[in-house]
Amino acid sequence: MQAFLDQLWIARWPLWDGLLLTAGIAAAAIAFGTLLGGIVGVQLAYAPWWLRLPFRLYVDIMRGTPVLVLILAAFYIPAVAGLSLGPTEAGTLALTLFAGAHIGELLRGSLQAIPPGQAEAGRSIGLTFPQLLAYVLLPQAARSALPPWINTGVELIKGSSLLSIIGVGELLLRTQEVIGRTFMTIQFYIFAGIVYLVINIALDQLGKSLERRVGQH
Amino acid sequence: MEYSLHFGAVWASFDRLLSGLAIGLALAVVAVAIGTVLGLLAAFAAVSPYRPLRSLAGLYVALIRNLPLLVLVLLAYFALPQIGIALDKYQSFAGALALYSGAYLTEVFRAGLLSVPKGVIEAARSIGLTRLQTNVSVVAPIMLRNALPSLGNTFIGMFKDSSIAAAIAVPELTFEARKINVDTFRVIETWTVASGLYIAACVVIAALLRGLERRFPKF
Amino acid sequence: MNKPQPLLAIRGLTKQFGAVEVLKGVDLDLDQGDVVSIIGSSGSGKTTLLRCVNLLEEYQGGDIVLDGETIGYRSVNGRRHRLGDRALSRQRAMTGMVFQSFNLFPHLSAAGNVMLGLRKVLKLPKAEARAIAETWLARVGLAARADHYPSQLSGGQQQRVAIARALAMNPKLVLLDEVTSALDPELVQEVLNTVKGIAEDGATLLIVTHEMRFARDVSSRVVFMEQGRIHEEGPAAEIFGNPKSARLAEFLRNTRH
Repeated sequence: MQAFLDQLWIARWPLWDGLLLTAGIAAAAIAFGTLLGGIVGVQLAYAPWWLRLPFRLYVDIMRGTPVLVLILAAFYIPAVAGLSLGPTEAGTLALTLFAGAHIGELLRGSLQAIPPGQAEAGRSIGLTFPQLLAYVLLPQAARSALPPWINTGVELIKGSSLLSIIGVGELLLRTQEVIGRTFMTIQFYIFAGIVYLVINIALDQLGKSLERRVGQH
Repeated sequence: MEYSLHFGAVWASFDRLLSGLAIGLALAVVAVAIGTVLGLLAAFAAVSPYRPLRSLAGLYVALIRNLPLLVLVLLAYFALPQIGIALDKYQSFAGALALYSGAYLTEVFRAGLLSVPKGVIEAARSIGLTRLQTNVSVVAPIMLRNALPSLGNTFIGMFKDSSIAAAIAVPELTFEARKINVDTFRVIETWTVASGLYIAACVVIAALLRGLERRFPKF
Repeated sequence: MNKPQPLLAIRGLTKQFGAVEVLKGVDLDLDQGDVVSIIGSSGSGKTTLLRCVNLLEEYQGGDIVLDGETIGYRSVNGRRHRLGDRALSRQRAMTGMVFQSFNLFPHLSAAGNVMLGLRKVLKLPKAEARAIAETWLARVGLAARADHYPSQLSGGQQQRVAIARALAMNPKLVLLDEVTSALDPELVQEVLNTVKGIAEDGATLLIVTHEMRFARDVSSRVVFMEQGRIHEEGPAAEIFGNPKSARLAEFLRNTRH
């Protein structure tokens, strides 16, 4: 145990950097993914079928493809298309596209679950469609989409570990590097596992307390 | 820059992609089969009147669902030998995925158990079935039928997650695709075909499941 | 002359849900072949009483003696202990219960519903269980529906299957809990006729009902419950024709149309 703690102390800064990168990647993916998902969800719920089609296609492709395949595709494809994306950018792009599809789909579900009387009531007082969306529909949908949205955050933290496979120096890759030097395989994998657990459970609790607060209306 | 699509090199290795797909499916089947047993046990524990059992089931779900699957896989493959448990890459991946799917299936079955009407359970008790007989003959069949759609979605999710076996060099679809990508530099073609295969498999599985659901009408 | 011991003897039964006293000391006897209806406003405790007899509810005081056997609890050094799962199951099988909401097993056919107890509790071979199930389904007029699933049956038919399910176990006593309350009006009569038929066959019935005319026609005795106690009891003609207490008279005035 003492030997492990010594090694942990030696490796504290690389691991800390890895943790920050994990958190940063997940935060960027949830932020951009939510923007993207907001557009996608509204289109899926309200657009005419010809406009809905490309969004539906995007969502189904993202949801039918493993995240790791998205990550590898985002890592290899930009180079041949003449774009230079580093592994971190490519991985974050893949996670963002994944999150956008998931959030879009769950927002669509929430929007379509709102009783039609709400939209009718909004229109009857003369709201335009963007006003209706902003003041009536999205606030209600956001409330019911909150728990799965938090869950998407947990999935992104977990998914970011896959970026280690394309060489992004996030928590898991840093852990593997420490293991390569110290051969303390069990100890450091369990340590990394505990760090993921703590982040995700904290996120989960944050979600629950948010839920309680919004639920009080 | 010039890039024109040539699928020929990818088609030449198509059989490798297909065998990779089969390995992924097999891993998912084995893992979900074991995970179903784990999930059933944990779900009954989660709704049992005994607090220690409930806590144990809750701990299992919270622990596994909040860990990245890749960490579980690396633990099973690289760390277990350190304490004398040496599994090959297939066994360690299937084991990790089974443990992982079991946590998701616990939630699926728990919801299924709560969906069994209380009155139907009372009717079974009232004709003299013991608690165990009630669970086996009445609760389990109703719950399994109600859980079938979520069970199917979990299976599809686990099949997609079988791609992570590539990280420990299991020659499944993603691993083969990456190799073809590196060997041929047909980057766009390779990933389009790989992604297409995953999606096609998901669509076929989903259609089979819908057929199964139709054969057992919802109660 | 010694009166033979009653088939069912309820003695000083008390039950609380938390702080609420639902049964405040109920005494009731049923002899073999009796058909007793319990009437009373909702919340009077009549359904709870029935559920206690079927051991679906725990109760805090008093005894229920069925055919000479005290059921549900045993006393050790003056302390009451709820019996174990196995003993409770055996005792529950001695009474049949028909529920307000049918509670058929949705994954089993009509015959399968009737057969489950025969197979698992009475351990009968499959062919014999099937034969008994068919006999009872024919008795309730559903011979042709033996292989239909509950979702393919009307409410009235479902309730008749539930009656067959309870009676096929050959219980000493059948408990019927508002068996027509969940039915559309046009389906009520077929179920009441079925119950009348089994009463005429000599089954011992304890019935909770809101159907006053039915209670009057079918019962040898009627019990009026009020606030967790038996307020008045007597032959059907007496209870309906000549109520003694003002409370019963008022209840009958409010329910009779």
